[in-house]
Amino acid sequence: MAAPCVSCGRALSARLSLTVRASLARRPGHWKPSAVDWQMGAGSQLLKLIHTTAVTTKKNVPASRHEVYTEDFIKKQIEEFNIGKRHLANMMGEDPETFTQEDIDRAIAYLFPSGLFEKRARPIMKHPDQIFPKQRAIQWGKDGRPFHFLFYTGKPSYYSLMHEGYGKVLQLEKHKGPLPVKTQHRDLIGSRWLIKEELEEMLVENLSDQDYMQFIRLLEKLSTLQCGPAEEEFVQRFRRGVAIQSKKQLIEPVQYDERGMAFSTSEGRRKSATAKAVVYEHGSGEISVNGMGYLHYFPVLQDREQLMFPFHFLDRLGKHDVTCTVCGGGRSAQAGAIRLAVAKALCSFITEDEVEWMRQAGLLTSDPRVRERKKPGQEGARRKFTWKKR
Amino acid sequence: MAPARTALPRLLCAGVRSARRWPGFLRKATPGPAGPSGRMLTGAPNPARSEPQDDHDLQRKILDLPLKHSDFFNVKELFSVKSLFEARVHLGHKAGCRHRFMEPYIFGSRLDQDIIDLEQTASHLQLALNFTAHVAYRKGIILFVSRNRQFMHLIENTAQNCGEYAHTRYFKGGLLTNAQLLFGPEVRLPDLIIFLHTLNNVFEPHVAVRDAAKMNIPTVGIVDTNCNPCLITYPIPGNDDSPPAVHLYCRLFCTTINRAKEKRRQMEILYQLPSVKRAEDSGTRRSS
Repeated sequence: MAAPCVSCGRALSARLSLTVRASLARRPGHWKPSAVDWQMGAGSQLLKLIHTTAVTTKKNVPASRHEVYTEDFIKKQIEEFNIGKRHLANMMGEDPETFTQEDIDRAIAYLFPSGLFEKRARPIMKHPDQIFPKQRAIQWGKDGRPFHFLFYTGKPSYYSLMHEGYGKVLQLEKHKGPLPVKTQHRDLIGSRWLIKEELEEMLVENLSDQDYMQFIRLLEKLSTLQCGPAEEEFVQRFRRGVAIQSKKQLIEPVQYDERGMAFSTSEGRRKSATAKAVVYEHGSGEISVNGMGYLHYFPVLQDREQLMFPFHFLDRLGKHDVTCTVCGGGRSAQAGAIRLAVAKALCSFITEDEVEWMRQAGLLTSDPRVRERKKPGQEGARRKFTWKKR
Repeated sequence: MAPARTALPRLLCAGVRSARRWPGFLRKATPGPAGPSGRMLTGAPNPARSEPQDDHDLQRKILDLPLKHSDFFNVKELFSVKSLFEARVHLGHKAGCRHRFMEPYIFGSRLDQDIIDLEQTASHLQLALNFTAHVAYRKGIILFVSRNRQFMHLIENTAQNCGEYAHTRYFKGGLLTNAQLLFGPEVRLPDLIIFLHTLNNVFEPHVAVRDAAKMNIPTVGIVDTNCNPCLITYPIPGNDDSPPAVHLYCRLFCTTINRAKEKRRQMEILYQLPSVKRAEDSGTRRSS
């Protein structure tokens, strides 16, 4: 009987069980419909899909009972992946030895063009270590004795971390006393504790929220006591850096035209309008849109206010010249697009603090709001048909 | 005395019948008939035997010899009634907390505090340590269980030092009874469970006591005056709340287990030597 392919993804939600993840390294027969029951239609060969209620909302469920991949299976998958990689390189006419993961992604995107919006639903070909969740290897030797001394607790890695951490706390308390010493919080700024999912991934174990909270409390206690380099390193293992938002802002490089005038270009989008703006460093506040003056192009005051906003915010009204082109959208959308483009272009001429202020004011964020589609059975996106009692 | 002599052969016979579930090491340890064993003791070997037969005999010799002595590992010398007294092992709880089944072990009560009879403690302790040593000698898995947070760290360190296992954390429901599902189909359960605290954090008997009895796992346990000694194979009446007492127990168990493992290593090396030296070794064996 036909066995339609279903993804054996970790997220057992209905939506994902219907999508298909094709991969050159995997064959359909390996997929296990763990979240799905099959039922025979009455007297026919048709199969009807029934979804069970075992739905988890968490996506990263490590090592759930249903999917146990043996080491041999993983090894075979890795071999198949490597062979497939070489075939793909030959197909694309490139050297199999220097075929990197980016090349693979490009080749797959070329050979299997997909119009799906969800990036994770598109065909992928990656190393099996990145596809199959990490599983624990067999934890006991040939004589049956487990390797870890806390094996019988069920969560050996987590409890051994707690044991280690508590040992360090005891040691420090013995030497220095139980009260926290006032030290500078050097590395705690600009970094955050691991989240529960990251910790679970690191330990390849399921943890409860209480376990996680206890662990963070232990680490905080350890960090408040004055500790040596070994303890510092232990604590740093569980901190992740938080990138300062403003550093992510892309600042356009300043260019010079044939007359030696400094300018910078940038683009902006709002709804379906796109705009390209060229801002000159020295000018007299003239703005020309699509060849016309801004007063002529935007008769409404509100739109002109939008154009002025970046300059008004930085107190540079009348100090810059702008030439921009815009297409698509309506009048308000075009005004918003030009505002974003101008703000981005201005970043090249101002200090970093001012860039941060602009970012916090929302001038450098592109507005994600787009028109919501109309749904069937309703009159508009939200408006329902008039309800009639009878 | 009696429990040690009868309990172990009973377990061995049980192992022979239900060979599938029982751990591998006990299967080989069936006591041989008197004739050949007597001949082995005097050390007159037969070099004409084939190799697999030789190995089998070797195993039987290594495993049977300690069972012929009442205190093969000499655990008596590790403690004395005086050292137990100094470690405050005799101090029990108040009379109101007394458990009915602990009354035989209580010497009396002073100022409403129960005092445990150290003579009985000493004999029970000797039996328990002897049993632990035998289990460790036969390469059994020993699990230290306790739910007292004051000594959690110490007990885990003790287990690490002996090379055995510890469980001083939240005890999940079917850990022993449903181990096949939790760990895997071929997991090996502990062969001995040592309770340093029989009660859990709400002063109820630890679930592992009952589960070990269900799974036929022998237990050694320190029972205080408020504990139930019924389901524990080798109870040791004694104080489980004072730090010196718990430190003493940990030291005793650690020393016994290490001693037994060392002895096993020595015996294996001894028997690896060629058959010519066996006569000399049999002479030294008696004295060791």
